[in-house]
Amino acid sequence: MVPQADPAQPTLQRTHALHLLSDMVRVRRFEEKCAELYSASKIRGFLHLCIGEEAVAVGAIQALTPDDAIVATYREHGHALVRGIPAKAIMAEMYGKQDGCSRGRGGSMHIFDAATRFYGGNAIVGGGLPIAVGLALADKLQGRSRVNACFFGDGAVAEGEFHECMNLAALWKLPVLFCCENNLYAMGTALKRSESETDLCLKAGSYEIAAWPVDGMDVLACEEAAHRAALEVRAGGGPCFLEFRTYRFRAHSMYDPQLYRDKQEVEEWKLRDPIALFQTRLREQELINDDDVKQIEDEVAAEIAHAIEFAEAGTLEPIDDLTKFVYSERQRS
Amino acid sequence: MTAATQTMRITYREAIRQAIREALQRDPRVFVMGEDVGRYGGCYAVTKGLLQEFGPERIRDTPLSESAFVGAGIGAALGGMRPIVEIMTVNFSLLALDQIVNNAATILHMSGGQFNIPIVIRMTTGAGRQLAAQHSHSFDGWYAHIPGLKVLTPATLEDARGMLWTALEDPDPVLIFEHGTLYNVEGDLAADAGAVNIGQAAIRRPGKDVSLITYGGTLGKSLQAAEQLAADKIDAEVVDLRTLRPLDTGTILDSVARTHRAVIIDEGWRSGSISAEISARIMEGAFYELDLPVARLCSAEVPMPYAKHMEEAALPQVATIVETVRRMMGGNG
Repeated sequence: MVPQADPAQPTLQRTHALHLLSDMVRVRRFEEKCAELYSASKIRGFLHLCIGEEAVAVGAIQALTPDDAIVATYREHGHALVRGIPAKAIMAEMYGKQDGCSRGRGGSMHIFDAATRFYGGNAIVGGGLPIAVGLALADKLQGRSRVNACFFGDGAVAEGEFHECMNLAALWKLPVLFCCENNLYAMGTALKRSESETDLCLKAGSYEIAAWPVDGMDVLACEEAAHRAALEVRAGGGPCFLEFRTYRFRAHSMYDPQLYRDKQEVEEWKLRDPIALFQTRLREQELINDDDVKQIEDEVAAEIAHAIEFAEAGTLEPIDDLTKFVYSERQRS
Repeated sequence: MTAATQTMRITYREAIRQAIREALQRDPRVFVMGEDVGRYGGCYAVTKGLLQEFGPERIRDTPLSESAFVGAGIGAALGGMRPIVEIMTVNFSLLALDQIVNNAATILHMSGGQFNIPIVIRMTTGAGRQLAAQHSHSFDGWYAHIPGLKVLTPATLEDARGMLWTALEDPDPVLIFEHGTLYNVEGDLAADAGAVNIGQAAIRRPGKDVSLITYGGTLGKSLQAAEQLAADKIDAEVVDLRTLRPLDTGTILDSVARTHRAVIIDEGWRSGSISAEISARIMEGAFYELDLPVARLCSAEVPMPYAKHMEEAALPQVATIVETVRRMMGGNG
């Protein structure tokens, strides 16, 4: 007799698969809409999109619990969305409205959210690493078993702060999950043009940090690696370093004519589009069908439309409030 | 003698150590972090003995990584701790400038008021010890330029003892500048000396003829100059700013309104200095009270020289303060 498949198992896998796919599509469509809104002058300042890199944020953040913390970079809309900051609060932030998650004080590069322990949105390359180390130190000193996920790009490894933080986190065995999003370019400078040693795991490894590369275009690989690393970090073994090998399909920011890379290279990487790859795999496994994809797209479109509506209807902070939040209004002991 | 009037003989260094020790005893969230604060006992021996009493978790020797450990202090403050970070000397703080200026001073504002940073950063400042051009500068006023920071310059035993307490109660980043020539200064301090306010300037010597406005390492020199001037029947008032940000403009203007003459003594360089700021505020707020233009005594605009006679010539001195005031008073009858 042929054993019956556990009916719960495929359902669970399917639910989770749909969740991952849905999150990646959310990030992709949100970013595409941001580009449109930028062209329409609704969003201003600098705008950095993570199109092509969605699998990293979506995969890695699966390993985090609500008590864990995230420190991210100026290319952080995706992480913020996946972490659970409402799309409308992020969009309103980019509109500069006081309904935004940072009350319009931060904009695209400085998404903050206390409720989800999202500590920015840091626009100084490498500048977030010491903060993640410090959050981890606070956890260690207070005997909390939490993971502090710190996202940064390959450009950060050239900064002194990267090396100082690798050393300190390893020396003090702090619970930091270093998530390096290696998209091969520090703005327009290719890794191989700026680093004498391009193996980033080797750099982390030299500080006695467990480090391994991950296919950053494969959401399941990202998720699996993050779970494995988070388990180690949470157990108190000190930091882990994941090098997510990924690629940015769009320009660095909205002002970038991309003179530094071949179109051919971009097209080759697009063949490994994380969303297309995952969809194809799920279809091959017959876990999803056209209706599922349509439903995801519809739901995402509705969510984004609602976010824009919310941002459009949002209010501007009164100018009288300009000097608020330079110092805390209430003493806190 | 009642308990309230009991005094003890104490140095500035010991007063700070007592303040730190008390903070560690009072609040389990407080810890000390910096280069050689533990086993070595502190570069200026301020933290001597604390490692033995409180252990290595709370008295943390760090690598020579100013950016990482100052940033880790910021992160730890975000994570619920009350770090006291020691930077050996003000010149080294420049290696942590990214963390101090781009993170500590901005995150409350960038996050729309969500994340405050209750960190205290102590550092040695100032010249007068033949330490030449990389250990002698006065960037106190420079830091006072930055919204989001509070800048304290304790010049007395009471302030050395009491400012730390208040700084630790503050919800926002506080920088404490300890002038290197003060550590060995000895005097009497009330045995029950405790917290002091950190927003107000103090009249250290009342007078009616001229206001000597100063802070930190030049307070003692200004008081000595005032005594010498008294022999000439010139009654100088000495204003100790105590806090460079927020600057207590009210006390400055009130003093100038009484004396109608102002000399600012500032160990920083003259160009773009805190003395320039004070002068401007007097112009804005007390112009019609002035009998004479505001005078300034600042450090010569050179990197600090090593040779003793040259260093002395570069700094405001008792003799130059006296001479400036005499010239001022002579010219005005």
